[in-house]
Amino acid sequence: MTVASPTDFEPQGLQPQGWLKYFSFSLDHKVIGLQYLVTGFIFYFIGGALAGVIRTELTSPISDFVSRETYNEVLTLHGTVMIFLWIVPVVNGAFGNYLIPFYVGARDMAFPRLNAVAFWLIPPAGILLIASYFVAGGAAQSGWTAYPPLSLSTPAIGQVIWILSVLLLGGSSIFGGINFIATILKLRRPGLKLMQLPMYCWAMLGTSILVVLSTPVLAGTLILLSFDIIAHTGFFNPALGGNVVVYQHLFWFYSHPAVYIMVLPAFGLVSEILPIHARKPLFGYTTMVYSILAIVVLGLVVWAHHMFTSGTPPWMRLFFTIATSFIAVPTGIKFFNWLATLWGGKLALNSAMLFSCGFIINFVFGGITGVALAQVPFDIHVHDTYFVVAHFHYIVYGGTVFVIFASVYHWYPKFTGRMLNEDLGRLHFLLTFIGFNLCFTPQHWLGLNGMPRRVAEYDPSFTTLNQVSSVGALLMAISTLPFLINVIWSAFAGELAGDNPWKALTPEWLTTSPPPVENWVGEAPLVTHPYDYGIPEGKIDLRVASGADLWFGGKR
Amino acid sequence: MAIPSTLITLLLGMVLVLVGLWVGQNVQLLPLDASTNAPVYDSLFQVLFSIGTILFIGIVGLVVFSLIRFRRRPGDLSDGVAIEGNLPLEIVWTAIPAIVVLFVGIYSYDIYERMGGMVSLNDHSAMHHSAAVMQASTSSAPTSSGSGNVANEPRVWAGIGSSDSAEGTLPVEVTAMQFAFIFHYPDGDITSGELHVPVNQPVELRMKANDVIHAFWVPQFRLKQDVIPGQPTVLSFTATRAGSYPIICAELCGPYHGGMRSTVVVHEEEAFHQWFEKNAPPKPVPATVASVDLNPTA
Ligand code: HEM
Ligand SMILES: [Cu+2]
Ligand SMILES: [Cu+2]
Repeated sequence: MTVASPTDFEPQGLQPQGWLKYFSFSLDHKVIGLQYLVTGFIFYFIGGALAGVIRTELTSPISDFVSRETYNEVLTLHGTVMIFLWIVPVVNGAFGNYLIPFYVGARDMAFPRLNAVAFWLIPPAGILLIASYFVAGGAAQSGWTAYPPLSLSTPAIGQVIWILSVLLLGGSSIFGGINFIATILKLRRPGLKLMQLPMYCWAMLGTSILVVLSTPVLAGTLILLSFDIIAHTGFFNPALGGNVVVYQHLFWFYSHPAVYIMVLPAFGLVSEILPIHARKPLFGYTTMVYSILAIVVLGLVVWAHHMFTSGTPPWMRLFFTIATSFIAVPTGIKFFNWLATLWGGKLALNSAMLFSCGFIINFVFGGITGVALAQVPFDIHVHDTYFVVAHFHYIVYGGTVFVIFASVYHWYPKFTGRMLNEDLGRLHFLLTFIGFNLCFTPQHWLGLNGMPRRVAEYDPSFTTLNQVSSVGALLMAISTLPFLINVIWSAFAGELAGDNPWKALTPEWLTTSPPPVENWVGEAPLVTHPYDYGIPEGKIDLRVASGADLWFGGKR
Repeated sequence: MAIPSTLITLLLGMVLVLVGLWVGQNVQLLPLDASTNAPVYDSLFQVLFSIGTILFIGIVGLVVFSLIRFRRRPGDLSDGVAIEGNLPLEIVWTAIPAIVVLFVGIYSYDIYERMGGMVSLNDHSAMHHSAAVMQASTSSAPTSSGSGNVANEPRVWAGIGSSDSAEGTLPVEVTAMQFAFIFHYPDGDITSGELHVPVNQPVELRMKANDVIHAFWVPQFRLKQDVIPGQPTVLSFTATRAGSYPIICAELCGPYHGGMRSTVVVHEEEAFHQWFEKNAPPKPVPATVASVDLNPTA
């Protein structure tokens, strides 16, 4: 094995052992993965508290809870924290680092040191961002989109710190992306073919390609923006001949792919979880792979659907409508394949499965509103309203966050060697699902009927529905309690899991729980059929047969 | 004898489609329609809502059905069936969404065309009647450097143009600033904080922003256009119902963004003329085409 491994670099004794290693510059991909995960959750709670401020302000139609400036700071921080410090680091960094080396049969990532650097960029960037709230003038106030000229005229220090922080996080993301690409393509165990990899590898390959292609564009754009702020250049300043719409093009050239950076890994994780708890092979492996690649390619050419009401000429509006609508096709394929994976299985109704199914339902809803938003005439009415807020929360929360919870329930036994409590888990699911839908469904109506987004005050006729939405948010906050209790209590007193409690076939389960430093004692297993569940079709009992017949038209 | 499952599937599918169509026809989620564009928008909404309902109920139904029907019974440790895929099935569920999406795209293009979205914005003849008016106002508009535009007519960067001829169109200049909209009627030299327009007459808003980006939105018209510093935009509409409707700024523009609202008052033709006469400064109205039919013949 020529793979760089932690022990190659660090003489024994220099690195802290035991729990202290989680606070160190560890090079072990599993330690780094958990570092990402826990850090991500800390920022999730901070971002959640900020959301609490927003929802409290919106329980009344007048601006009465925080000042208007503070409100804009809070909504900017909320968006930035949730995207750059929670979703992206967790679905990419945390699960990617933990799982990818297992899946390719390696003992660590391709560049362990770069990996540790990528993680350790995150805490300072996050602290910087939060701290900007306390500097003179406060944090950035121009939303996570930071459109100029607003971002040029709001208090400068907060905006510059925001840029710095996002640059650091973008850098971390690029380092991670390079590492994943190298690991998946170059560190595969001899004998393991690309088309035998678990689906999460494909998802991470696609995601990392998007990261590497689009994040540098964001970085460049933000650097130009900071020049405009600090050095009074005029790239995006119309008073100096700059063009504000160019900023929007550059920003969305990154930020639309960013939404797939947030959701493709979740697609991959669900593809790992469903077959195991349904006891069936993943349906349509090949089409799943190609649909990921199609999403990557299409995802790069749809960005202007965020700009239908700004300075885009008619032909451009048309092109981006069609391109955006077509993303629904590969996305649809993935959903039908998951449904077919469930069909005729032996579904364990545990927390991992429930959160995964919650993901399917929520994401389909968000996808439907997404295709509607892609239609220019439709979008012109609801752009920049609560309808859009509802759309992307259905995708990012109802989709990705649900998958993160499903993944924690699924892999916690591997991380810790102990099971989570299923009753608390199901309670967590129920509260989250109800709270989430209560919070975001009414926002569709609000947007359609005249409530713009990013406002601290609104038409009094919208009060009731805003209060319903806030109650939903409160439920979501409460729903994290059973989760937190579960995670902490189970770490010490949970039922022992054993190495492979789910009887799974993917390589991370073919070692101890938690796994040893170099993943396997002895040689890495060669898993060529990661989804080889199910009894051969000859031996089907009658109860299953009626369901399976549907797919085969009785031809079987 | 059991009913064949294919038949059940077919029947369920038909019921689902009917439910979707019914829901699309009967669910009323949109505000009052008060422009020629609004009913067109609403029919697009209906189509999208029907398709969405069919898809959503269908998929949720499948998930819930699977969770109940295929749940693992206590003590059952066996696996499901080892089905790894089915190519014809995959082709079906690739082709159907592709066709639906193509249909939706073409249909919404048609709607967009009817809204005037594809009208060339810098067509000289469309802007011609107002050249004099624009000259008066360009002095304050930031000129985009290097754009080789004719005379003083600033390039219009985006928006929804009016598809019918410029005859009879009421031009209004809109200036957005933190945190208000100012409306100026070049024909009567009226400046107002509210937008007053006659019913059933095309109106063309020529919009510019002084400081940051704002957006002009009237939910009852189903229309929105950003107002961008340095890049003039237009928005044309024809109001169809007298009444007052909110004008809302939809682009984050600073602390008082939520308070950046105004009103559009749609008058009956007579009432509009009265308002116009009352507010126009007492000076001879320039004899432009538009103002001719604004002058009620005594
Ligand atoms: C079926 C595929 C999807 C389609 C067709 C779609 C379409 C759209 C469109 C047209 C908008 C612009 C709305 C507007 O601002 O007026 C939008 C906004 C947004 N979408 Fe989606 N979307 C899809 C999936 C996703 C996914 C997978 C994510 C993220 C994981 C996502 C996250 C977002 C976000 C964050 C915004 C709002 C950004 C902002 O303005 O702050 N969408 N989507
Ligand atoms: Cu997008
Ligand atoms: Cu504004």
